[in-house]
This record gives sequence, C-alpha cells and structure tokens, in this order.
Amino acid sequence: MSAVVAVGSGRDLWRRFLQVPSAVAALVVFAGFCVLGFGAPWIAPQNPYDLTQVDILDSLLPPGSQSFSGMTYWLGTDGQGRDMLSAMLYGIRISLVVGLLSGLLALAFGTLVGLIAAYRRGWVDTVLMRIVDLQLSFPTILVALILLVILGRGVDKIIFALVVVQWAYFARTVRGVALVEGARDYVEAARGLRLGGMRILLGHILPNCLPTMLVVATMQMAMAISLEATLSFLGLGLPPTRPSLGLLIANGFDYLQSGRYWISVLPGLALLAIIVSANLLGDRLRDVLNPRL
Amino acid sequence: MTEFILKRVLQALLVLIVMTMLVFFGVNVVGNPVYIFASSECDQACLNKIIVDLGLDRPIWEQYLTFVGNMLQGDLGNSFTHGVPALHLIFERLPATLELAFAALVIALVVGLPLGMVAGLRPEAWYSKGIMGFSMIGFSLPVFWIGLIMILVFSVQLGWMPAIGRGDTAVVLGIESSFFTLDGLHHLLMPAFTLSLIMMAMVIRLTRAGMREVLFADYIKFARANGIRERRILSVHVMKNILIPIVTVLGMEFGGVIAFAVVVESIFSWPGVGKMLIDAIGVLDRPLIVAYLVFVVFMFVILNLAVDILYSVLDPRVRLDGRPS
Repeated sequence: MSAVVAVGSGRDLWRRFLQVPSAVAALVVFAGFCVLGFGAPWIAPQNPYDLTQVDILDSLLPPGSQSFSGMTYWLGTDGQGRDMLSAMLYGIRISLVVGLLSGLLALAFGTLVGLIAAYRRGWVDTVLMRIVDLQLSFPTILVALILLVILGRGVDKIIFALVVVQWAYFARTVRGVALVEGARDYVEAARGLRLGGMRILLGHILPNCLPTMLVVATMQMAMAISLEATLSFLGLGLPPTRPSLGLLIANGFDYLQSGRYWISVLPGLALLAIIVSANLLGDRLRDVLNPRL
Repeated sequence: MTEFILKRVLQALLVLIVMTMLVFFGVNVVGNPVYIFASSECDQACLNKIIVDLGLDRPIWEQYLTFVGNMLQGDLGNSFTHGVPALHLIFERLPATLELAFAALVIALVVGLPLGMVAGLRPEAWYSKGIMGFSMIGFSLPVFWIGLIMILVFSVQLGWMPAIGRGDTAVVLGIESSFFTLDGLHHLLMPAFTLSLIMMAMVIRLTRAGMREVLFADYIKFARANGIRERRILSVHVMKNILIPIVTVLGMEFGGVIAFAVVVESIFSWPGVGKMLIDAIGVLDRPLIVAYLVFVVFMFVILNLAVDILYSVLDPRVRLDGRPS
C-alpha cells in the first residue's frame, strides 16, 4: 500500500501552487486567453465574418496599417481583408470551446467507464479495459483522421472525434485511482455502515479521484486544442465558416512563401501560448495535488 | 506459447473485421457514392444504371462481403482521379513515406540518446533542465506549427533549405531513395527533423529515466569497483540496459510516426501516402480514401501483433500474466 497522499486544505494548495513563478505566469496567460476568447464579440474591433464590415481592398496589409475608413489593423489583415486581431480573437474562442467541451465530455464518459470497471470488477472490468487498450494502441491522430474523413467537417463532428480519442485515457486513469481508493479504510467503513454501492462510488470514491481527474483533464485539454488545430490545418476539422486558430494558420500558410508571415505566425503564437500555458498548469497541478500518475 | 499466439491472432482478426466494417459502412453508407459518378445531366435511368453498376441495389451486408472478398484478393477498387488500382498508388507512394519515417527515427535516436544521457547524469544542471524543457516542447507543440516555422526561418528568411518536395533519388542495391543523393538529403532533412521531434522527446525522457535507474544498480557499482573506465561503463553497461525499453517503445510508436507523416507530408509537399490521403480527401476520391484507411489499419494491427508476439518470446512473464506490466 502506498503512503497516504497529503492533500491539505484549499487555501494551502493554492499557496503551494503560487510558489512557482512559471505556474503563476501560465495561469495568468491561460486566464487571459479565456477572457480574450470568450469576450471576442465585445472586444474585437470588427466582426470578421460580417461581410459588410470587411473590405477586400484592405487585404494582405502588414501589421499597423490603416484602412481607408481610418481603422488601424494592429495585426494586419488576411487574404480576404479581415482584421487579423479580430479573426484571432474569434479563433481563440472556437479553439477554446472545442478544447473545453471535448475535454469535459471525454472526462464525463471516461470517468463513468472507469468507475464502472473498478466497481464491478470481473468480466465487466476485463471487457472494458480490453476496449481501452485497443483504443490506446491506435495513435490518436489516426483515429481522429478516420472519423473526420467519414463524418465530414463541423464543430459537433470534431468534438465527437476528440471525445472518441480521449475518453480511454480518462477511463484507464480513473479506474486505476478508483481501485486504489476502493481498498482504503474509509470505503471499508462506509461498507460497514451498509451504504449502497452507488452512494459509496459517487459519494466517497469519486471525490477522491477528483485531483487526478483535474490533472489529466488539463493535459488532455491542451492535447485536444493542439489536435483540433492540426486537423483543421489539414482541412479536416472545422468548416471555413468557423475558423479556429488552426484554420487561420492554414489560410496564412499559402502566403508564407511570399514573406507575409503575420497571417499564419500570429495565430500560431496564440495557439502556442495556450497550449504551453495549459501544459505548465497541468504540470504544476500534478506536483501540488500529487496524484500517482 | 501456441495458445497465446493463436489468441492474439484471433483478437487481431476481430479488430480487423470491426475496423474494415467501420471504414466501409462509414464511407459508403453515410455518404452517397452515386453522386460522385453521376454527371449533372444524369437522369433517373442513368442514375439507376450507376446504382446497378456499383452494386448498390444489393443488400448492404452483401456489398460488404463483396468488398471483403475483393480486399482479400488485393483489390481495393480503382482511384477515381488516377484511374488506376488504389493499392497500386499506395505502394507507389509508400517508399517516400517509409524513407521519411526512417530518417526521423534515426534523427530521434542520434540526437535524443546523448541528450537523455546528459540529462540523466546531471539532473540538476541548468543544461539538463534545458534539455527537459526542450523535450516538453517537443511533446506539446503541434507538429505542423514547428514545420511551418522551420519553413519560414530556413527557407523563406535564410534560404538555406528547400521548402517543399522530394529531391533527386538514386537507386542503390535496388532501393530507390533520397538517402543516396546530396539533393535528396537536403530535401529530406527538414521534414524528417520535424517528424522526429515527438519521438526525440520520448527518447530523451526514456533515456533519462533509464539512466537514473541503472546508474545506481549494483552491477554498475561493481563495474566501477573493478576499475572500468567511466566512458566504457556508460557506453557498454548502461547503454545495453537502457536500450531495451527505448527500442520497445519506438517499435510501438513507429505506426504513430506513419500517421503523423500525414501532417508533415502535407506541409512539406512530400509525395508520400499521407499527402496522397489529404489530396484524395480534397477531391473526394472515395476508393483511394478507403484503400488508405484499410491499408493503415492492416499495417497497425499487424505491427501490434508482431510487437506482442515478440514480447512474449523475449519475456515469458507476458505470456503468463496476459499483459506486460
């Protein structure tokens, strides 16, 4: 039996989290991007998908240029004359929504499977874990690719594909933790009080799996955002009407060779900042919460 | 032993059946292939003729069996756009992809092993932390972004590297490859490096972890006590023992590299199977898409099977427990 994990009070954990400067920076950056993304409709100087606001004559302007109407394009414009800053804000929004939603759905489904496997044991456990093994033996990008080729483009479709490739990680992790927790004394005590199986599972075992789930979810969300960007870059993920950061980068790729770097490099930097900050957050959370991963 | 192999082969067959079903039903039932063949002035009679020609009037399970039957004879249909058998196209493009994947593997080992050893020897040094930071970046950054920046820096700004395409190839010992010409290597370097980053990050981590474990083992202490030089201890005694997990993981990851080659090939316009898939998706060349997917699934299942069986031969505990720990 491994040593009991020392998990202090919320305030204590928070203080330990803040001890590392890189983690604080990551938190600030990530939170900042969330505010920018979800506030896009109010912050953005232009609605890049409203054709009446976009002037094709302003296309391919470098950062800092001014339009005829006197508006300044701080980050330049793309091939269709859209303000890059606005397009990026909306792109960040879609990337974050896809990452968060798919992460949460995969978390919910994976946790359910993991808990059932750990609780029922026996053949249920064997069958479920065999499926998880099988799923994990295929590379995520390949499975997502196959699904999207079959399903086509769309926000709902890419979220579905991302959930399919992610749930197995959650299922395996939660099962592992739930098995360990299930053997602890407090579960024995709960059984002694003749509490129902469901109540023990959801009320006692699940809360103790939460720290691990939080860490895995943060990491998986970063992976989901990265994977979505990759698939959109290949033209498989989101439709051109809802350009995420990956699609913006892909659009700019055509102009890269002619030296118009800003169209793909700037959204790329935003993507980078989101992924790296989410990963740093996950790393720090793991150190603080110390689940045995 | 025979029982174990038999069980694994049966499992692999089951996976193959399920996956071919998924691909077949997915591509052929969700979409309607008739409209791809039909021209715009096609009337109902003409549509019906296409439906009969394609065998779409027969029940779906019969269509699937025909598909499997043809597949077993190596016939995955003809590509719409190229007009030649899809499998033929795949095998024509495969050498370029394998070449890229192999070059990536070599780069990952040649760069990753020394870096991992350094990081394992002095875990607290600043350069070791730098190496681990680099490996985290290799893991987390999207591959396509790295490729893009490499093109921007080395091709557009500095003009050192060709941005796209495969260079000259030469035939040595019956193998046609870019490895044998300078131009070919020049073109290969950037895509191969981009593709190698994930594997490199993994090699660094595994090597470092292996070093931390092996350096404190008794046989290393004995080797030191025997007066064997540090260099020899590292290159022979330590190396031998950390290579086992690295080789295993790389073997299993090789399929993933082929999958990620799709991304790298589309960025660098490398004429391999991955680029072919993306092009096929662009023009909705269904037979080619199905052929690629079936081919990759086959490759994967066989690779996994081979690794499993090899494992059980090398390590008898696997057979007894049922799975490697």
